[in-house]
Amino acid sequence: MFNPEEIRKDFAILKRKINGHPLIYFDNAATSQKPKQVIEAIKNYYEYSNANVHRAVHTLSQEASELYENAHEEVAKFINAQGMEEIVFVRGTTEAINLVTYAWGLPNLGKNEEVLVTLMEHHSNIVPWENLSKIKGFKVKYAPVNNDGTLDYEAFEKAITDKTKLVCFSHVSNVTGVVNDVKRIVKVAHDHGALTLIDGAQSVPHLSVDVKDLDMDFLAFSGHKMLAPTGIGVLYGKQQILERMGPFHGGGEMIREVKFDLATKRCSVIWTGLPWKFEAGTPNVSGGIGLMEAIKYLKKIGMKNVEKHEKNLTNYALKHMQRLRNIEVYGPHDATNKCGIIPFGIEGLSSHDIALTLDAYGIMIRSGYHCAQPLHELLKLKSSARASFYIYNTRQEIDRFIEVLKETE
Amino acid sequence: MVSVEDYVARTEGTCGQEKDVIVTFKYDKKGDAIARIMKKAKLEKSIANIIFELTFEGFSFRLYPSGKAIFRSLRDKQELDRILAGLLL
Repeated sequence: MFNPEEIRKDFAILKRKINGHPLIYFDNAATSQKPKQVIEAIKNYYEYSNANVHRAVHTLSQEASELYENAHEEVAKFINAQGMEEIVFVRGTTEAINLVTYAWGLPNLGKNEEVLVTLMEHHSNIVPWENLSKIKGFKVKYAPVNNDGTLDYEAFEKAITDKTKLVCFSHVSNVTGVVNDVKRIVKVAHDHGALTLIDGAQSVPHLSVDVKDLDMDFLAFSGHKMLAPTGIGVLYGKQQILERMGPFHGGGEMIREVKFDLATKRCSVIWTGLPWKFEAGTPNVSGGIGLMEAIKYLKKIGMKNVEKHEKNLTNYALKHMQRLRNIEVYGPHDATNKCGIIPFGIEGLSSHDIALTLDAYGIMIRSGYHCAQPLHELLKLKSSARASFYIYNTRQEIDRFIEVLKETE
Repeated sequence: MVSVEDYVARTEGTCGQEKDVIVTFKYDKKGDAIARIMKKAKLEKSIANIIFELTFEGFSFRLYPSGKAIFRSLRDKQELDRILAGLLL
């Protein structure tokens, strides 16, 4: 039985008061809070199992290596990947996308070729492609978005041509919460011989994501938005694609052999296998362990329950927000095809005014562009206020949120 | 000697077309800072006793009882420093 009140007991931070009011945390699309189980797992690792992973024969290193590898396995099972060979640990979604940009894009993209992204993307799925296109000369094409923030599928599909080598898009928009039809887009991309890179930063924490069922080639997501610590994220890639790719970073951990040739006075390098080829240097072991624990926590609740709870909260909030005469909700007005993210504005107030007003009552929301300036410009918004929900949020918190919003009427 | 730094914890440019600057006053000084600002600036409007719209030397800004203020349309950091010095010192 899903009970947010029970869940809340695991989050000490939710007992805090901010500006004299009980904390209401509605900035989950930026980062989630961490349950005590995740914090304990990290603490235990540092207190009892801390060592550098791989290559050492001593007991502690073996323990740490096992924990770190188990974390990869746990992630693989969570998204239904084939195994840990397909799971690369990175710092977060941004690094995962940059890994694909440089390790796959640099050798595979050139003049007269195209990368297709949507106009609803987070800057992290735009900037790396624009940067690389300046070096390699390929074209970055932008698929349009409708006035309500949903994807224009017909235009998107028409924009995919035989020149398209990669299609990059968010599973869930970080501004509107709109859920994109991954299966539909992936099929059209594959029909044209293009690969797909899906930004799962706002979907993996909130929905059941099955990489095999959705046939994704790459999936990027962050741990910190799904109860894990900051500094750990995941790039999923199909094994045959990752095997063909060279590494992103060079250094220790990712090589099998570095041999100095006396004749040429050069070193020859042989990379190690997956996923370690992409994890140069000492990895974020504690982050990986924290992510494993976070996934165990979410699995215990059940992702279908997470999704249902957030949909209920979103519908409830949307219903009450739309009754306020000075509030404009941007994007879709019902939660049918949407995650727990609600962008909105208040007449006469900037998004930052709204955020500071709510902050005075202990309610944390985000304001600004949310790293998605093109989408804001397209929707003709100077910026937006954004409330976003997670497993520990309640209807009572939304009631309080509405009560405070009413004061601005 | 008292300085602006004694009152201000951090200043941060906001993200968005508005290009506002948010000033957060130090927790233990916020009451004093708010009192000084309210004394020197002209109150134009109050929204629900949460948002105080003020003007000072031709600049309009908003002050919050939580100890934060939003300044708009500033030319640069020097201009912000000058206004804060005028309001706080």
